[in-house]
Amino acid sequence: MSPAPVEARGLVKRYGDVIAVDDVDLTVGAGEVYGYLGPNGAGKTTSLRMLLGLIRPDAGSAKLFGRDPLVEGARALDGVAGFVEAPRFYPYLSGRRNLELVAALDGGGAAERIGEALDTVELTARAKDRVGGYSHGMRQRLGIAGALLRDPRLLLLDEPTTGLDPGGMRDMRLLVRRLAEQGITVLLSSHLMGEVEELCDRVAIVRTGRVVYEGSLAELLATTAGRYALRTTDDRRAAALAADRHGVSDVRFADGGLTLSADDEAVTALSIALGEAGIGIAALVPRTATLEELFFRMTEGEPAATPAGAERAEALR
Amino acid sequence: MTAISARPAAAPAARSGPRPGTRTVYVWELRKLRAQKRTFLGLGAALLVPVIFVVGLLVDSSGGGPDGVAFGELVRETGLAVPLVCLTFGAYWLIPLITALVAGDIVATEDQNGTLKTILTRSVERWHVFAGKTLAAFTYAVVVLVLYVGSGLLLGGLAFGFDPVTLLSGTQVSTGHGIALIGAGTLAYLMPVLAIASIALLLSTVTRNSAAAVVGALLTSLFMQVLGALSALDFLDPYLLSTQFNAWMGLLREPIDWAPIVRAAWVSAAYAVPSLFAALTVFLRRDVTA
Repeated sequence: MSPAPVEARGLVKRYGDVIAVDDVDLTVGAGEVYGYLGPNGAGKTTSLRMLLGLIRPDAGSAKLFGRDPLVEGARALDGVAGFVEAPRFYPYLSGRRNLELVAALDGGGAAERIGEALDTVELTARAKDRVGGYSHGMRQRLGIAGALLRDPRLLLLDEPTTGLDPGGMRDMRLLVRRLAEQGITVLLSSHLMGEVEELCDRVAIVRTGRVVYEGSLAELLATTAGRYALRTTDDRRAAALAADRHGVSDVRFADGGLTLSADDEAVTALSIALGEAGIGIAALVPRTATLEELFFRMTEGEPAATPAGAERAEALR
Repeated sequence: MTAISARPAAAPAARSGPRPGTRTVYVWELRKLRAQKRTFLGLGAALLVPVIFVVGLLVDSSGGGPDGVAFGELVRETGLAVPLVCLTFGAYWLIPLITALVAGDIVATEDQNGTLKTILTRSVERWHVFAGKTLAAFTYAVVVLVLYVGSGLLLGGLAFGFDPVTLLSGTQVSTGHGIALIGAGTLAYLMPVLAIASIALLLSTVTRNSAAAVVGALLTSLFMQVLGALSALDFLDPYLLSTQFNAWMGLLREPIDWAPIVRAAWVSAAYAVPSLFAALTVFLRRDVTA
């Protein structure tokens, strides 16, 4: 069995008294588009830097396709490409010249892929212009082009749509989607929920350096299934009635009505009971939390006591 | 959520062919230098000083040369004396400054601009990157010096003739011999210049700040000059880098005085090698956070 594209165990990075990354485990399987979610300063970029061998962890290890960049150096990055924070290039060189430079540092057939990479990111027309005159979005796309020269099997992208206008964000997502469809494993750090929901299969949510959830995005969203919002002609009586019913729990006054947890059968029985009690139902709707709501619940407020896993997601219910 | 259905990803295939190394980095460092205005600012300064000196001599009707400078009184007799006087002028400040401008910048600027992470996530090892940058900084120092001395020789020769030159020992040597000695003297002067470049590289790597590295390298040179000027510290003189800037004059004697040349070689190495070793160690182990 071939090693996972990304496998980090117990990664720790401290800056003085500040723990930027705290005991992070991360496994990205082949072919996955993996979202690494967290607010600014949560340690996403620091984690990616450790994966790429740009900084040394204080503890733990990071392997890409089974190879540790700190042990094997540049060899560990074979088949791996990407960028942390904004991709940086030499402003006094043209876009094509910059790509020629990085292709020379890649060797192999990288130089032969320059034209194709420029076409892919739609920068061919501006390739002869100096990068100093490029917009932020063009530099992001040039960063992707630089990554593609390595013919990667794993792409590490650190907030690739940050700073882009809506059109640029859409184009970047389409590009990532296209690359993923080609079989490239993608590890995407982001704090943009829509982006992650649109692109990713699995996510890790990180908060103050610690992973507070790691797993399937679908499973994460499913943890909030079974929650309903109810508005009636008499919420007080409805609440009392609901609280006494079997299969209904956690009845609360919220958002100008009630919220409650119930399975399908119990909620059907409750609606009948409300009618029989002469209480009119104005609205009874499933109230599934969005990824954004889950994200805020996990990343705001008191730090989580447990580091990771489904038990944390369970606690959100 | 819309999961992307991807075809199964494969592990990267084993890499074929040689990996890029120091030579590749070196070639691209030179190309980068060629694309930057600062590079030509230094080269322009190296060209301008001999031009100003020769033009100054031509418009000066008093007929003399610079006083108290080796070969100063010979500049109107032969153009071969001009590059030697220029070398004396530029010994302590001009050439070290121009050299430090590039050597002090070559790592720090990549750190400041964030391009260090761009090149360190490719297929070259860190030590190749450092070696390529060091060679490029040294090459720039050589080019600056060749331009400085070469333009002085050419302009001096055109203005005052390519005539035989009288050495410091009073012996007159032929034009060809004189030019050969100028070349050898330039090489001897290059040794402490490369030591300054090495110190600038160390500061560039450690401080991650171009200005600090350039100023730091020059302050190091100045500090040594101050130490050399204190008579109570005369015993330090032979070991100061500043003393080695005049070692080339040992070649302009008949017979050649090799003692200052040999000393310049090992004293310069004593400054350069530990500086480069320390810089490489820092570069290999550093966190790239920019």
